[in-house]
Formats: sequence, C-alpha cells, structure tokens
Amino acid sequence: MQLDADLQRRLIKAVAERVIVHTDELVALDRAIGDGDHGLNMKRGFAAVLADLDKFSVMPLDESLKGMGMALVMKVGGASGPLYGSLFMALGKALPAQAHRAGLAKAFAAAVDAVKARGKSDVGQKTMIDVLVPVLAVLQDTAGDLPARLCAAAQEAATATIPVRAQRGRASFLGERSIGHMDPGARSASLMVCAVMDVMEGRA
Amino acid sequence: MNSNVGIVIVSHSPDVARGAADMVRQMVGDDVPLAWCGGAPGGGLGTNVEEILAAINRAWSEAGVAILVDLGGAETNSEMAIEMLPDKQQNRVVVCNAPIVEGAVMAATEASAGSSLEEVRRTAEELKPA
Repeated sequence: MQLDADLQRRLIKAVAERVIVHTDELVALDRAIGDGDHGLNMKRGFAAVLADLDKFSVMPLDESLKGMGMALVMKVGGASGPLYGSLFMALGKALPAQAHRAGLAKAFAAAVDAVKARGKSDVGQKTMIDVLVPVLAVLQDTAGDLPARLCAAAQEAATATIPVRAQRGRASFLGERSIGHMDPGARSASLMVCAVMDVMEGRA
Repeated sequence: MNSNVGIVIVSHSPDVARGAADMVRQMVGDDVPLAWCGGAPGGGLGTNVEEILAAINRAWSEAGVAILVDLGGAETNSEMAIEMLPDKQQNRVVVCNAPIVEGAVMAATEASAGSSLEEVRRTAEELKPA
C-alpha cells in the first residue's frame, strides 16, 4: 500500500518527534519501576529514524516500516529496540496492498503478535502490549470516529497500567512496588498512536 | 579452530562484560572461544545487537555458542541477534538463563571439557534461582 510521500514524511516525523519530546517523562517513568533508560533509548532510536527521514519518506510504506524497525533494533540499545522494531517490521510485512480498515487491522494484529512473541508476554503484564491490544480492538471495531477513539483508547490503556503489578521486564523484580506507576512502554506506545492520529486528523 | 562450545558475555556495562570475561580466562583458561560486549550503540549503558552479532562470530565454534546475559534488554537483544544470524548458525546459539558471572565461568568450565552446547547450557542454568 502507498501513502502520499508528504503524508508519510509527516507521520514518521510526528511519531519520532513525539517520542523525543517526551524523553524526560519516559526516563522518569522508567526510573520509578525500571532502570531509567527507556526515554534515552527511545530517543536514540528515533533520532536514528529522523536522520534517515528523507529515505524513509520516499520508500514504499512496507519497506519504510521495515527499515525503521531495523533502525530501532540496531540503535535503541534496550529491550524496547527489538520490541518496537518487531512491531514496525511485522507491520510492514503484513500491510495490505490497498489501504482499507480491515486489512490494516489484520496487519496491526500481526504486528502485535510479533511484539508478544519477542517479549514472551501478553495482556495484563504491565507492558506496551496493554496499549497495543486495546488499540487493535478499536481498529477491528467498525464504528465511526476512528482517529479520536484510537488515541483515547491508547491513553486510557496506558493509564490503566498504573495499578497493575508488573510481570515482565525489570519492573517485575519490584513485585508489589511496581504498582502505582504507569508502565513506560505503555506510555511510549500511546504517544506514538496519538502522534499518528494527530497527523491523520490534521492537528499536526 | 577450537572445537569447544564458545561463550559470549553480554552486559549493559562493558566493564562488567570485560570483567566477567577476565574471570573466565583466569579460572578456565584459553581452551574455550570467548567474546564479550557491553554498552548501548553510541555509548552509555545498554546492549547493541550489532556488537552481539560480532561477538557471536568472534566466539564462533562449530559446536555452538552459549550466551550469558545480565538483564532484560541484554536477553531480548541477544535473541534478536540470534534471529539475524544465517540459518545454519541460528540453531547452534542459545541464551542461558543463568547469572552472568557465575554462569559464564560454569558454562566455560563445562565447555572446556568438550561438552555439547546443551550440556553447557544445562550446567550454567543449574545456577538459576529455584
């Protein structure tokens, strides 16, 4: 499937810049329940994406997603590299030939499955999957007003990780003490979803 | 070419990885192919898929390679690196679920006796918390 090159560029730029602008917040969230590197790792990964923005903007969308995924794998330096890298690469691989909602939902489902496999994780373990799965559910639901509902669902899902006890990643070492903090991966996932929707709705 | 299983040590910190490798060399000797890496791409704490791939190839043995990791991302990035290896190498590299320093020494000790990759992994993993 093809996107207008200008739209593709704005989408990539919006996602990368949204993550980078929130570096300090992600560092603070990760410092509370992890090792504090999520913000800096994501910043490094998306800075690498921005460095090749010209290239990623003009590639066919599937190739662009795979290329960005590989950049994240190679540059992030933490577990979020292979996790988000797998999301982007699997999404690129599964994209439908023509843009339509059912096909996109199916591709996103394949991408979420790739993250689950990479992280050996599933819903309810206080991870980015707790945001990706509700977003997928909205994509699969054929009711209207998709962009607004997607961003809202992502934000609500990220907030909903606060009372959850972590079962994956370093936060799981904290046991009960991981309760009361938003998962940084859930937060970064929600930031990306909302950045995409802001562009699609003409807010960015 | 050394026919013993190779050992790769992957830490978030290059100092930790180098130190663990020093211990393996002193305690086990030079009969085991050994490589280490640590640090994020561009510096700082973290792990780097490209460097893990390079370390696997430096420690490569036809008998396979056992990887010892410290925390979270070191494991995920090592698994990613394994998947990026050519098919014929992929099924001969394992990540051991064991503490990095003790696991590396125990794995290398087992490897130096000419044991198989599975035996090396099992010996390292005997150290994991019950």
